[in-house]
Amino acid sequence: MSEPLLCVRGVKTYYGRVQALKGVDLDVNDGEIVTLIGANGAGKSTLMMTVCGNPRAREGTITFAGRDITRLPTHEIARLKLAQAPEGRRIFPRMTVLENLQMGATTADPAEFDRDLERVVGLFPYLSRRLGQRGGTLSGGEQQMLAIARALMSRPRLLMLDEPSLGLAPLIVRQIFDAIRRLNAEQGLSVFLVEQNAFHALKLAHRGYVMVNGLITLTGSGRELLERPEVKSAYLEGGRQQVAR
Amino acid sequence: MDYFVQQLINGITLGSIYGLIAIGYTMVFGIVGMVNFAHGDVFMVSAFVALIAFLILTTWLGVTSVALSLFLMLVAAMLFTSLINWVIERVAYRPLRGSFRLAPLISAIGMSIFLSNFVQVSQGPLNKSVPPLVQREFVLFNRNNYPVTLSYKQLIIWGITAVLLLAFWYLVARTRLGRAQRACEQDKKMAALVGIDVDRTIAITFVIAAALAAVAGTMYVMYYGVVSFSDGFVPGVKAFTAAVLGGIGSLPGAVVGGLLIGLIETLWSAYFSIDYKDVAAFSILAITLIFLPQGLFGRPDVEKV
Repeated sequence: MSEPLLCVRGVKTYYGRVQALKGVDLDVNDGEIVTLIGANGAGKSTLMMTVCGNPRAREGTITFAGRDITRLPTHEIARLKLAQAPEGRRIFPRMTVLENLQMGATTADPAEFDRDLERVVGLFPYLSRRLGQRGGTLSGGEQQMLAIARALMSRPRLLMLDEPSLGLAPLIVRQIFDAIRRLNAEQGLSVFLVEQNAFHALKLAHRGYVMVNGLITLTGSGRELLERPEVKSAYLEGGRQQVAR
Repeated sequence: MDYFVQQLINGITLGSIYGLIAIGYTMVFGIVGMVNFAHGDVFMVSAFVALIAFLILTTWLGVTSVALSLFLMLVAAMLFTSLINWVIERVAYRPLRGSFRLAPLISAIGMSIFLSNFVQVSQGPLNKSVPPLVQREFVLFNRNNYPVTLSYKQLIIWGITAVLLLAFWYLVARTRLGRAQRACEQDKKMAALVGIDVDRTIAITFVIAAALAAVAGTMYVMYYGVVSFSDGFVPGVKAFTAAVLGGIGSLPGAVVGGLLIGLIETLWSAYFSIDYKDVAAFSILAITLIFLPQGLFGRPDVEKV
């Protein structure tokens, strides 16, 4: 097997003096869906932002598509076609949906804009009726779809999604996860997914990692992790019920 | 009534100049969250650049066409002032980004003092004047032996301001660069994540702010014929007042605020006391901050997060 698309080795990140990541190793291969689960405050979002260079890793290396990006500024990492729909969605609130999508296409070829727009809106047809509406007035689920759509506008090689299901109704969560599955199956898009909704995420993913307190404690295929008792007890509903009994 | 119309014409002219400066305040505030106290002095420097350009053009190069020399003054002032503001941003503000909030503000006050002192030392403390460039005027109507006039100078100022505002509006609302600026204003972290070079966008914002201030500075020299090293402060604070009145961060607000401050100041001078015209303008600042702190066009923050 060739070199992984994203390769994180021994990464340590600090917020001031507080160590958030304590030496993380993680790979995402081409065409894979990889999910990272863990409790609140484990460092999942920090890892995702560290990959994008904000905050910067104090130790360790991050390579993307064979290139060392550990010290690259955030906007240059984005230009290597690594797109993120970050924690909290971060839609530009006073821009229209269309403008948000145009922002997503910053690193893409302007000549391809119309085709990309059609493709992305085809994935989330709901957005097509909202193109002129301001981002800040969308509902949570619509904002999440827009955040993913915006990330897709750059034609990424790797799509990073930070808790796309957070705070959304189950029906919308299913729509979003279906879209991720289709993108991966039909276009071979590599996806790195951070989730607290461990059951759905692990079912979707080829491989998964479990993070506890800034360290990776478990790794394996999605199905393997779903069967692990420690994953069940800590992150899955069924496990919680078993423990209660 | 005739007197009132005349004051209206004068007020709009002054207001155009304030409006162009106010855009610089509001744009920089929007993107870096800092009141750029040196902006008034950048305006003053641009007036000096225009004046020096005028002297070079007329005495050394022997340009006699008024239109050509005005145009070249404008271009020189815009280029040179943009360069200065780019350097200021690079040297005095960028290194302080991510520092505590007051740091760039203090640095800006320092730059303001530096610029006015530098001009005082290098150009001398006395008023510098240019001969009147454009003298003709229209008499709009003349009743009761009170001619209401609109001078060519005023027309030029109105015309240039209107064209610039249109171009500027197009830039911000419709171009890639304008979108990048708005994105940085709304969420710098996300802007970087989609591939915007935030530092570069901020530098360009300072350059545009300076170019607009330079247009105001050139027109100021042409209109009043006189400029001194201390002319940055009062017009600067008035333009800042205009930006606050319009709602700081709002571009249409800066223009409307500028026109309003220009009108208030002119009408106050005309009907009350010219000695207290600055008091009138600054009272507006205090009243706005007390009763309407978000300004006329300030955004009510009701966005979903």
